[in-house]
Amino acid sequence: MRMQPDPWRQSRALTRAFVGALMFCAALPTNAAPIDSARSRVVATFRQMNVPIEGNFKRISGDVVFDAAHPQDAKAVLEIDLASFDLGPGTEDYAQEVRHKDWFDTARFPRATFTLSGARALGPDRFEARGKLALKGRVLDLVATIVRQVDAGAQKFEGQVPIRRLAFGIGEGEWRDPSVVADEVIVRFQLVVPSAGAAGSQNARPAGSVSSGRK
Amino acid sequence: MDDQPAPSQSRGDRYGIPAIGLHWGMAVLVVGGWFVGYWMTDLPFSPLKLKVYSWHKWNGVLVFALLFVRLAVRWVQPPPPGEPTPLWQTRLAQAAHVLLYLLLALVPLSGWLYSSAAGFTTVWFGVWPLPDLVPKDAALKVLFRSFHGGFTYALGVLVALHALAAFKHHILDRDRVLVRMVPGLKPRQSR
Repeated sequence: MRMQPDPWRQSRALTRAFVGALMFCAALPTNAAPIDSARSRVVATFRQMNVPIEGNFKRISGDVVFDAAHPQDAKAVLEIDLASFDLGPGTEDYAQEVRHKDWFDTARFPRATFTLSGARALGPDRFEARGKLALKGRVLDLVATIVRQVDAGAQKFEGQVPIRRLAFGIGEGEWRDPSVVADEVIVRFQLVVPSAGAAGSQNARPAGSVSSGRK
Repeated sequence: MDDQPAPSQSRGDRYGIPAIGLHWGMAVLVVGGWFVGYWMTDLPFSPLKLKVYSWHKWNGVLVFALLFVRLAVRWVQPPPPGEPTPLWQTRLAQAAHVLLYLLLALVPLSGWLYSSAAGFTTVWFGVWPLPDLVPKDAALKVLFRSFHGGFTYALGVLVALHALAAFKHHILDRDRVLVRMVPGLKPRQSR
């Protein structure tokens, strides 16, 4: 099943993996299609002293069920490996800092999970998606406008959503000050989901590869 | 004595008020920015460090901008004549001043390049984003960091020599070289 731990994750307690797998299966119908992690991106832009800084989550995985004719039945789970947040070369001090317990606290909360609970059409290939973001032990509702494109046997979903970092306790203690790091963080995403025919080949890949990251 | 036009000069052989104001204002910014820059790099990663880095950049851009104002002032209102000194000293002083102006441009410019290469846009006073001079690049970042450091130390040495030379003129030579730049200061009485 897709929830098999990656090598980099193998230290996680088996029970947690098992519980996670159960929840994952419960959330998704059996025809869920995994996203193409290599072509999908989740990028967060935050402002520090009003300077925009962009970071990329290098390891994301997920499954999507989306039929444009029945958006209300859409289901998706997106998992983001928080320790994979990358601000580019030469920013090791930042990369180290965001793993710290004041920020993502990746030792306790290695991943953020977004669970889509449905969508409604706003226009041709434009949808309003609703779901819940579980991040650092807190779960909050998110609503995002997404644009869908279909090309070469894949669906591509793009959109962005503002997140209030303080609502999730991201940047605590001395870092709460929004005049240094702004509360609002813009998360842009692009998810590529190979559709039916192509999905078969996806599923044929070894289970662990689903959540293997882009490099 | 011929170029003695400045209407704002209270006495004929001082710099004009704009030039004096810019000189001492920039002196505070440059010396302050120098020591803050020296201190801030060893700070632990913290909100304070991010703030201080931003202030340092704003300060540097301000120096860079004021430098152009200053050159314009110098052009409009040329400096008062100097003191009779041996030709080699005059030449040396001229070379030192050209180099000072050059470094006052190169230090902020290399800092700006360094910040751009590091991927941090400089947002002046947190309001005006300046253009990134180069794209984010790890190798360029290392290069411009070393430029910024090298120019900064060179400027430090030159500013120290500049100040020592001014004291030398005032205390040993008892001439008007420093007096020209300090309103109210009188030359020391000759023995």
